[in-house]
Amino acid sequence: MPRVLLIEDDEAVREGLSLALTYQGHTVDAVRTGEEGLDLLGSVTPDVVVLDLMLPGVDGFEVCRRIRATGDLPIIMLTARNDDIDVVAGLEAGADDYVAKPAQARVLEARIRAVLRRSTASVAEVVAERYGDLTIDREGLVVTRFGRPVSLAPTELRLLLELSSSPGRVMSRQQLLGSVWDQGYLGDSRLVDACVQRLRSKIEDDAAAPVYVQTVRGFGYRFGPL
Amino acid sequence: MTLRLRLLLAFALLTIVTAAAVAGAGYVRARDAIVQRAQDNAVIETTNRVEQLYPLPARPVDTAILERVAARVSGREGQALAYGNGVSAGGMNPSVITAELRSLVSSGRVGWQRVSYADGVWLVVGMQLRVSSGAPSGIEVYVLRPFTSEIAFVDELARNAWLIGGAVLILALGLGFLAARGVLRPVRELQLAAWQLGQGDLSARVPVRGRDELASVASTFNSTASSLEHHVGELRRMEADARRFVADVSHELRTPLAAMTAVTDVLDAETAALPGVAGQAARLVNRETLNLTRLVNDLIEVTRFDSGTAALALDDVDVAEVVRTCLRMRGFEITATLPDGVRARLDPRRLDVIVANLVGNALRHGAPPVSLVLSVSGSSLVIEVADSGPGLPAEVLPHVFARFYKADSSRGRSEGSGLGLAIAWENARLHRGTLVAANRPGGGALFTLRLPLGGES
Repeated sequence: MPRVLLIEDDEAVREGLSLALTYQGHTVDAVRTGEEGLDLLGSVTPDVVVLDLMLPGVDGFEVCRRIRATGDLPIIMLTARNDDIDVVAGLEAGADDYVAKPAQARVLEARIRAVLRRSTASVAEVVAERYGDLTIDREGLVVTRFGRPVSLAPTELRLLLELSSSPGRVMSRQQLLGSVWDQGYLGDSRLVDACVQRLRSKIEDDAAAPVYVQTVRGFGYRFGPL
Repeated sequence: MTLRLRLLLAFALLTIVTAAAVAGAGYVRARDAIVQRAQDNAVIETTNRVEQLYPLPARPVDTAILERVAARVSGREGQALAYGNGVSAGGMNPSVITAELRSLVSSGRVGWQRVSYADGVWLVVGMQLRVSSGAPSGIEVYVLRPFTSEIAFVDELARNAWLIGGAVLILALGLGFLAARGVLRPVRELQLAAWQLGQGDLSARVPVRGRDELASVASTFNSTASSLEHHVGELRRMEADARRFVADVSHELRTPLAAMTAVTDVLDAETAALPGVAGQAARLVNRETLNLTRLVNDLIEVTRFDSGTAALALDDVDVAEVVRTCLRMRGFEITATLPDGVRARLDPRRLDVIVANLVGNALRHGAPPVSLVLSVSGSSLVIEVADSGPGLPAEVLPHVFARFYKADSSRGRSEGSGLGLAIAWENARLHRGTLVAANRPGGGALFTLRLPLGGES
C-alpha cells in the first residue's frame, strides 16, 4: 500500500487522518510543520504528500513549491472548505488535487488513489509519438522536448497523455476531470485550468500562445492541431 | 412653474412697472413741456409780427391789404394766409385750416393746432386783427409754421425712453437671474445631497452659508444626515459583528469536526463488531457528526455569501449533463426533461447544489411525481422543478428562501440543514440569475431557476 506523508498542524486532525489512512492500509508519516515534512523527505520516500495549507512557519504553498522543485511527488492539499483563493493559489503552487476539510477518510482515500493511478490509456504502440518538438513515450511515460526529458507532475503527465491520445478532439473540463482526476462526479474545473497552465509553461514555446494544448472557447481543451 | 422662472417673471414685471412709471412719466412731461413751449413761442412770435402791422388802416378790406398782411406775418419759414371780407390772400394752403380752428379764431381768440401736411408736422396759428380802437378789423390771419424739428426731438425722447426702459429690463433680468441663482444654488445643493443620501451615500452633506433660512435648512439637513449615518453605521457594525461571530464559530467548529469526520469511516466499519448498545451509540455519534458537518459546511457557505468571498468557478458545460449527473449521483428518481445541446458558462458545482436542493426539497416536502424541465428562454437557461403536493401556503411563500425558516413550527429538525433553499437562492444570485418559488395552478409547488447562458459577464 502507498506510503503517505501527512503534514497537518492540528493534532486532532492529524491523528484522525493518520488513524483513518492507517486503517485503510497506508503507511503514514505524520508531521506537524512544513520544515519537519521537508526534512523527512530526505530520509523517507513517500508515494504521496497530503498537505495542509495553513501551517505555522513555512506555509503549505511554500512546501508545495519546494517539493515540486525537486521532483514529481504527487501532492494533495487540504484546504478550508471552498476557500477559493487558497485552492487557486495551491494549484498554482503545483498541487495535483485538493480536498476540502472536513472530509471523510474515503474522500481523501479516493483522491490518493486517483493521483497514484498510472497512465490513463495503455497503448499498443511501442514507438514514441512525435508532435513537433515534442515526443511522448506512452510506454515509458517519458515526455521529451528537443530531445531533453520534461519533468512533469503525475497529473500533468496524465493530462498530456489524455489530450494527446486523440489529437484534434475537443475535451470538456468535466470530461478531463473524470478521466485524469478520476472524479466521477462534478469536479472543480479550476483543477484542469491550473494544470493546463503548468503543463503549458513546461511544453509550450510561448504559454500565452499555445500550440500543443489549445483552449477551445465555450468547450474545453484540445491537443493540436499543430 | 419653476422657482427660477417665477423669480425672473417677478423681476421682469417689477422692472416693467417701474420703467414705465419713471421713463414714461418723464417722457410725457418733457414732451408736453417741449410742445407747449414751441407752441407758445410760435404764438408769441406770430402775435408780435401781427402787432407790428398796427395800426391798420380802417378801410374796407381788399386783396391788396390781405396780401400785405400775409407777406408781413409769413416770416422766414412760415407761410401765411389772410382772410377778410370773404376773400383770402397768401401762399398758404387753406385746406390745413380746420373748421374747428376757424370757429375759434372767428370768436376772437388766438387759436393754434398741429396738423399733418406735406410729410411733416406743422403748427397753424390763427388770430383776428383788430383796429386801433379794439374793434375787430374783419381780417383773420393764419400762419403755418413747421413743427417737424420739435416732433423729431420728442420722438427721440420717446426712443430714448424705450431704450433706457429696455436696458433696465435686461439689467433687471440679469439681477433677477443672479438673485435666483443665489437662492437656487443652496436649494439645488440640498436636492443633490438628499438624492445622494437616498442612494445610500450617508456622508452626503451641504455647505452652510450665512445665517438665513436656507442656511438653517442646510444645517438641519446636515445634522439629520449625521445622525442617520451614525445610526446606520452602528447597525451595520452590529450586523457585521453578528456575521463575523457566525463565521468565527463555524470556523472554530470546523477543526474538531475535521478530526471527527476523518474517523467516521473507521467507526462505520467497526460498529458492526461493537456489542449492542455501544454499536448503536457509535452509529448515532457517526450519523450526527456527519449531520453537524453538513450544517457547519452550509453555515460557512452562507457566511461566504454574506462576506462577498463566494466566487464562481466558471466552466463551459452541457447543462443537461450536469443535471443528469446531479440526479444520478444522489439517486433522485424524478421525471426529468433534459434537451440536449443547452451549453452554458456557469459553475457546475453550484448548479449542482441548486438542483440538488430544489429536487431534494420537492421530494421531502412535496409529493411525487416530481418533475424537472430544462429549457432555454432568450439568453437564459430555465430549470423548473415542480412537485404534486399541496403547494406552499401563502404565508410561507415569501419566506421560503429565508435561512432556517420552518414552514411548520411544530416540526422539528428536518433532514436538511435549514439552509438549503437559502444557499440555492444565493447561488442563483451569484450567477446573476434568479430563483423564484410559486404554486402551480393545478396544485404543487413550482421553483423556477433562471441563469444567464453566458456566465456572469
